[in-house]
Amino acid sequence: MSQSGKNLRFTSALSNFSLKDFWRQNKFSYLMLLPAFLVVLFVIIYPFFYNFRLAFSNLNMYNMRQFIQSGSLEYIGFNNFIRIITESSFWIILFRTVVWTVINVAAHVVFGIFYAIILNRDIMFKSIYRTLLVIPWAIPQYIVVLVWRGMFNYRYGAVNLLLSKLGIAPIAWLSQASTGFTAAIIVNVWLGIPFMMMIALGGLQSIDPNFYEAAEIDGANSWQQIKHITLPLLKPVMLPATVLGTVWTFNNLRVIYLLTQNTLTNKIDILVTYVYRAAFEFYRYGYAAAFSLIIFVILLVWAISFIDYINED
Amino acid sequence: MSVRKDSKWKRIIFHIILIISVIIAIYPALRVLGTSLRPNDALHSTSLSIIPDNATLNAYKELIFERNFLIWLRNSLVVTLFTVIIGVSLASTAGYVFSRKRFPGRKSGLTFFLLTQMFPATMLVLPMYLLLSQFGLTDDTLVIPFIGMAKAHIGLIIMYSSTALPLCVWQMKGYYDTIPESLEEAALVDGLNQFQAFYKIILPLAKPALVITALFSFMTAWNEYLVARVVMTDNSLYTLPVGLTNLAGQFNTAWSLFAAASVLIMVPVMAIFLILSRFLVGGLTLGGVKG
Repeated sequence: MSQSGKNLRFTSALSNFSLKDFWRQNKFSYLMLLPAFLVVLFVIIYPFFYNFRLAFSNLNMYNMRQFIQSGSLEYIGFNNFIRIITESSFWIILFRTVVWTVINVAAHVVFGIFYAIILNRDIMFKSIYRTLLVIPWAIPQYIVVLVWRGMFNYRYGAVNLLLSKLGIAPIAWLSQASTGFTAAIIVNVWLGIPFMMMIALGGLQSIDPNFYEAAEIDGANSWQQIKHITLPLLKPVMLPATVLGTVWTFNNLRVIYLLTQNTLTNKIDILVTYVYRAAFEFYRYGYAAAFSLIIFVILLVWAISFIDYINED
Repeated sequence: MSVRKDSKWKRIIFHIILIISVIIAIYPALRVLGTSLRPNDALHSTSLSIIPDNATLNAYKELIFERNFLIWLRNSLVVTLFTVIIGVSLASTAGYVFSRKRFPGRKSGLTFFLLTQMFPATMLVLPMYLLLSQFGLTDDTLVIPFIGMAKAHIGLIIMYSSTALPLCVWQMKGYYDTIPESLEEAALVDGLNQFQAFYKIILPLAKPALVITALFSFMTAWNEYLVARVVMTDNSLYTLPVGLTNLAGQFNTAWSLFAAASVLIMVPVMAIFLILSRFLVGGLTLGGVKG
């Protein structure tokens, strides 16, 4: 259609626009969405703007009571933001968060696909294996993390007992930052594999077996089949899961917070645990609100550029 | 799936890898079970075995009869039940129109739901906490006395059902996308209206996805600790996670108590999860993210 034709149609569509027709056409959609929208409005959108407001204030434990009673805030402009990004600890924690995210997500995806491929082969007891391997996902995380904390105990923990059976000297896992961080990564990798495994399994089952048959005829070995058929065809399934996994790992509060409580407190914080402490242990509400906003912007910028990069491919 | 069967050696290697992995996957759970059975004088043992010598059920007895465990359990059940009901009804309706209808705001709505996944927990918890305290939704005034639901629990239910919502909506939409649209068209010809077509024809077919959505909402509410810790002030209001971590923190001797409570919380969740795990492969449709 020519440009002028398009314009003509557009203007005629505009002149024919009637609210009544619009409502008749979309009534069902909007009514079905209304309940979800209301909840999102009150619990996500409103708090988001509320947080935005707080980020420019100096709300803390001293003026909190007054704020609850009268709703008055003292605005301090961009001071919170400036303070955060000029603190050297912010950049260290940001770097640690990136390391944490990259290692975890890479391990989740690689192990997830690895187990999915094995479990998708013709192997005995595979549904039993599958069921048992999902268990880390099924146990409530706060329990799991506290149990792992016990298992990392220097004298009585299962990890060191196992190491000593293998002839390796015990490690003081939770008393040094470096080993504590390693321990946190071990726990989180252990926690996250089942989810990726299930996603990958779902993806594998939708791959047409004829591809493999054809590859077989062409003389491709198992490894070549995985590289040239399985992995490329898994990509559309794994990409969204990886994006979500990255965001979740970046924002994973529980593992580090619970693992380091009373032991390595503050030593191996990632961004979210740091903010959580700032808000609910030091009651620096305005500062924490600004910090949360910064975390969101970092993730947003990452997600947009990542998705752009994928679409270009 | 490879057409040719793997060689014998390859299969043996796979079994070895899988067996080692399964042991690593289930050891922590077994460890909790073992700890819960330990007598008080043998709390620190340097053995790797699971069932301790002189196993005893004392910790369970103390937990149920001398602690607030049953109250916490009731609180958790109330919060979880309402979260699941609200979560599933909102996600199944919203997911349906996102999958089937083209209306202004559809794309931005879907994008917005994805965006919310990037909010750090504190960004919502902190304002919600302040809001809830302004509305007085953090105290122990009973709202529904019969089931012990207090104002503070309403705050939690609202938080949980909405934080799980974006994911659940995407999940439901992904599954509806796989159900052919001709089914509704036939239903409309037969004289059903749009809502009836959704409710009577499509919803029953979406059962696997509904189960997964319910599971997600259930896990969110049953397992959440960090928000509950901030909102709950009174011991009798605690949900299980908060009560439990309090047990673990109180004194060193509470370790076996903590373990016993963990087992009692874990077993039903694991049972539900394992029963439903066959739905996970077909029902988990996050991967089906298309326009």
